[in-house]
Amino acid sequence: MNLNNDDFHWPEPIRTGSRFRNPIGKYRLDRTDDCVSCGRCAEICKYGVNIMRRGQVFSENHYLCVGEDCPEPCYLACPAGALSLRRNPTFDTMGDFRWTPDLLVSTWYMAEFGSIPPAGLEYKEGESGGGFDKLRVVLKKGIPDREHPVSDNDVDFSVALNRRGDHAHKIKINLPFYGGGMSYGSVSISTMLSRIKAAAALGTFCCTGEGGYPDELKPYDDHVITQVATGLFGVREETIQRVKIVEFKYAQGAKPGLGGHLLGDKVTAGVARMREAVAGYPLFSPFPFHSVYSVEDHKKHVDWIKSINPQAVISVKVSTPVDVDMVAVGSYYAGAHIIHLDGSYGGTGAAPEIAKKNIAMPIEYAVPKVHRFLKEEGVRDKITLIAGGGIRTPHDAAKIIALGADGVCTGTSELVALECVRCHNCESGRGCARGIATTDPELMELMDVEWGTQRIINMFTAWRRELSRLLRRLGMKSIKELVGRTDCLVHLDYMKR
Amino acid sequence: MASKYMIHTGPVPHRFKPVTRSGIMAWEEGCLRCAECVKDQCIYNVFDKRGLDPDQMIDSIDNQCMDCLRCVQGCPKELIHKSVNPEFTSMGDSHWSPDIIASLWYQAETGKIPVSGAGYPGPFSGPGFDSMWTDMSEIIRPTRDGIHGREYISTGVDIGETPWELCFTENGEMKSEPPGLIHIPLPIIMRVPSFGSYNKETIRGWAMAAERLGTFLALPWDMNTDPLDCIPGRLMPLVSSGSMPERVNNKIEIVELLWDENYEKAIGEIGKIFPSALICVKLPLGNKAEEMALSLWESGCSIINLEAGYNGRMEGDGSRFLKEGVRSVHKALVEAGLRDRMTIFASGGLAMAEHVAKSIICGADAVFVDFPILIALECRMCGRCKEGLPCPVRIQEASSGWVAARTINIMGSWHNQLLELMGAMGIRDIRRLRGEAGRAIFFEDIEKEIFLSLGEVGEGYELE
Repeated sequence: MNLNNDDFHWPEPIRTGSRFRNPIGKYRLDRTDDCVSCGRCAEICKYGVNIMRRGQVFSENHYLCVGEDCPEPCYLACPAGALSLRRNPTFDTMGDFRWTPDLLVSTWYMAEFGSIPPAGLEYKEGESGGGFDKLRVVLKKGIPDREHPVSDNDVDFSVALNRRGDHAHKIKINLPFYGGGMSYGSVSISTMLSRIKAAAALGTFCCTGEGGYPDELKPYDDHVITQVATGLFGVREETIQRVKIVEFKYAQGAKPGLGGHLLGDKVTAGVARMREAVAGYPLFSPFPFHSVYSVEDHKKHVDWIKSINPQAVISVKVSTPVDVDMVAVGSYYAGAHIIHLDGSYGGTGAAPEIAKKNIAMPIEYAVPKVHRFLKEEGVRDKITLIAGGGIRTPHDAAKIIALGADGVCTGTSELVALECVRCHNCESGRGCARGIATTDPELMELMDVEWGTQRIINMFTAWRRELSRLLRRLGMKSIKELVGRTDCLVHLDYMKR
Repeated sequence: MASKYMIHTGPVPHRFKPVTRSGIMAWEEGCLRCAECVKDQCIYNVFDKRGLDPDQMIDSIDNQCMDCLRCVQGCPKELIHKSVNPEFTSMGDSHWSPDIIASLWYQAETGKIPVSGAGYPGPFSGPGFDSMWTDMSEIIRPTRDGIHGREYISTGVDIGETPWELCFTENGEMKSEPPGLIHIPLPIIMRVPSFGSYNKETIRGWAMAAERLGTFLALPWDMNTDPLDCIPGRLMPLVSSGSMPERVNNKIEIVELLWDENYEKAIGEIGKIFPSALICVKLPLGNKAEEMALSLWESGCSIINLEAGYNGRMEGDGSRFLKEGVRSVHKALVEAGLRDRMTIFASGGLAMAEHVAKSIICGADAVFVDFPILIALECRMCGRCKEGLPCPVRIQEASSGWVAARTINIMGSWHNQLLELMGAMGIRDIRRLRGEAGRAIFFEDIEKEIFLSLGEVGEGYELE
């Protein structure tokens, strides 16, 4: 794949609403019987909340209401005083410090419309009180968008994944993000296909995770990263030869140092077949690779892949221990093209809560450490640094690139685009009640691949447009110019003014 | 399976319905009586399984709801909503937070490690132990078998003074006195909390748990009443120089002495009353703890309990935590060449399994745990008992068997969580975790290293 391929066009966003009857928003409008159906509210609402139909007015799309940010609020303009605004109580039961209800609902907006929400929602950062949520991008004041030196179409988002200059594929991705590994078994085939089809349409990649390579993915082989992890589930010579990128997973941010665990309930007949295991029994992906105790052992693994698929680009996915910089440089010397750091706060899979909270460092620390170390070693421009684990928004992506990553890896944000509400019950019983992270035949029916594909395309389109706006305001023509530009960032706790 | 490999746990039901984070509001008015109601489609069958709990006069529906929001999003008349439960958010305080309390309830009920999907939901960092992370290693000898109880990862520690050397006679017999060490298989001593609606039956339950876990239950001497005499060997009474006991129980293996100016004299007295017991001095963790620890060694004390407040804060302005205090005392003892000879406990505010591991990384050998064994009994940390008001979950009516089983569940879950953390680090003996600050990441160090330079904002710039 090549960005300079003239045939490539960005897919157009197509409005793709919620799968559920009542989308959840931040506000609700209450309409009393005093309403005289004068139509004033429908007339002034810019957001499509109030609708006039056959002489009657309805507040149909509460979820689009921007509440107090509205320049001309219907609840103040109503001549009969029949409208009142309140916060949706359900809204406040959702989310958490990292994925606030504002971030969930704004991601749903992006997945529906392909653009950022017009008002009423904080879509840039969460409320974790540190890391991304305390970092800000520093922009020059007062340059209106249209006067920027670069136009939207001139911004180059491509990232080269093979910078070693060896004989492996010269792959460029059109966007500075690709989809992280979520296995068949942990998520449904519809979720997998939606993610991979969206990646193909956007000119990027998506990883299979460790759970086999279902045949349904074959048409998208050129956009698939297949994972070799410690359990070697579903790994065969044939699957290695089918793809352009092979990822070694040493550890994952959800549970650094603990390996994977698929509960017996989720090991259905289909999953068992794919993983060459027995249905109904839990599957452990042990930690660590039992044959790797050194960089030399790791190189042996890389060489093994290269002998099966000589042109494969090799990615190494590791977690973020104290010596993450040494791990990164070791991976480079073993022959990897991509070092993929998975930060400790991210992840999608089920994990012990003690591990999610405590083990290994957040990605905001690991990336600048590794970037600096690779530079000092003189190999920074020979390897692609991908950051994952906790990237929620286009602003997070911009911040981590400015801290030193070449691109980012996404996971949770894509699940949120598919209407994950982060109830954290992915692992229990039949799996996800919303049909995303499940292998239950009935629950899988809840989601359609076309719908899911378009939702993810829409969200990433909104991300691309937002990144484009940021880059133009920074006076940059390419995302590559932003890499390691810590001078474009400020941390609120250390700001001098 | 041998008990040293794992602690046997099993489901022990709640006596009351736990307080939930959010509740369901479902109105009947305006209901269309759809042929296929969203309530029938609930995949967890919450609406079918609901029932009125006559004892507490609450609808059990909130306890079963898994927050998938499908009914909220499906009802054509939007008659179902969820709302935050103020009773939940007002539980406890900033240290004993509602989330911690709810997690401890789950662990006491199931004996299992809390597991969930979708990444970490909490704040980036926080005060005390929330400002450190533990290390992992990408390439280590596998420890997974230990986590699953198929091989031994030791969480055992020794209490007491370690001798520098042992002397032997020419024909190989030991000449030196054998060291008077006590081994506990879990680096945790349980302690009766400073308040709570507990009684003798509760204390007996905790003592039974201590016996089965092979550890001790610490409690003030005046609580050491007759019904407990059945298992005095598992008790660690707390005495002070002003109130020395008269009664002697030779089975007592370890005694705790509250530090005061007359501690040297008190130590002498304890030695006479409990001739075979080890003595641990409870030292309030303040600014002079390092000096005090060194002078305690000088007067022959080798076991010290560094005591922080109820919320893990040190004495003084409240800006320093157990974490800082323990690190500092540990360092002072290392520099004085004494650390390996002494036993240091950390106590006060330990609320989660991670706090045990983090205390040990900061330099403690083991810890005291108090309120979690009360929360295991469904305590809501409401503090009504302190004001003489009745306990909402009537802890005083619980049987000692139930108390013991719930307590063992919590400790079993914590033990497994310790194995998870140690497994990720590749450490197979918790004694090797002590003072391993290099296998941890401290917020105060790394935050500045990474972000301190990100402070410049020139004229004419704005932030986004």
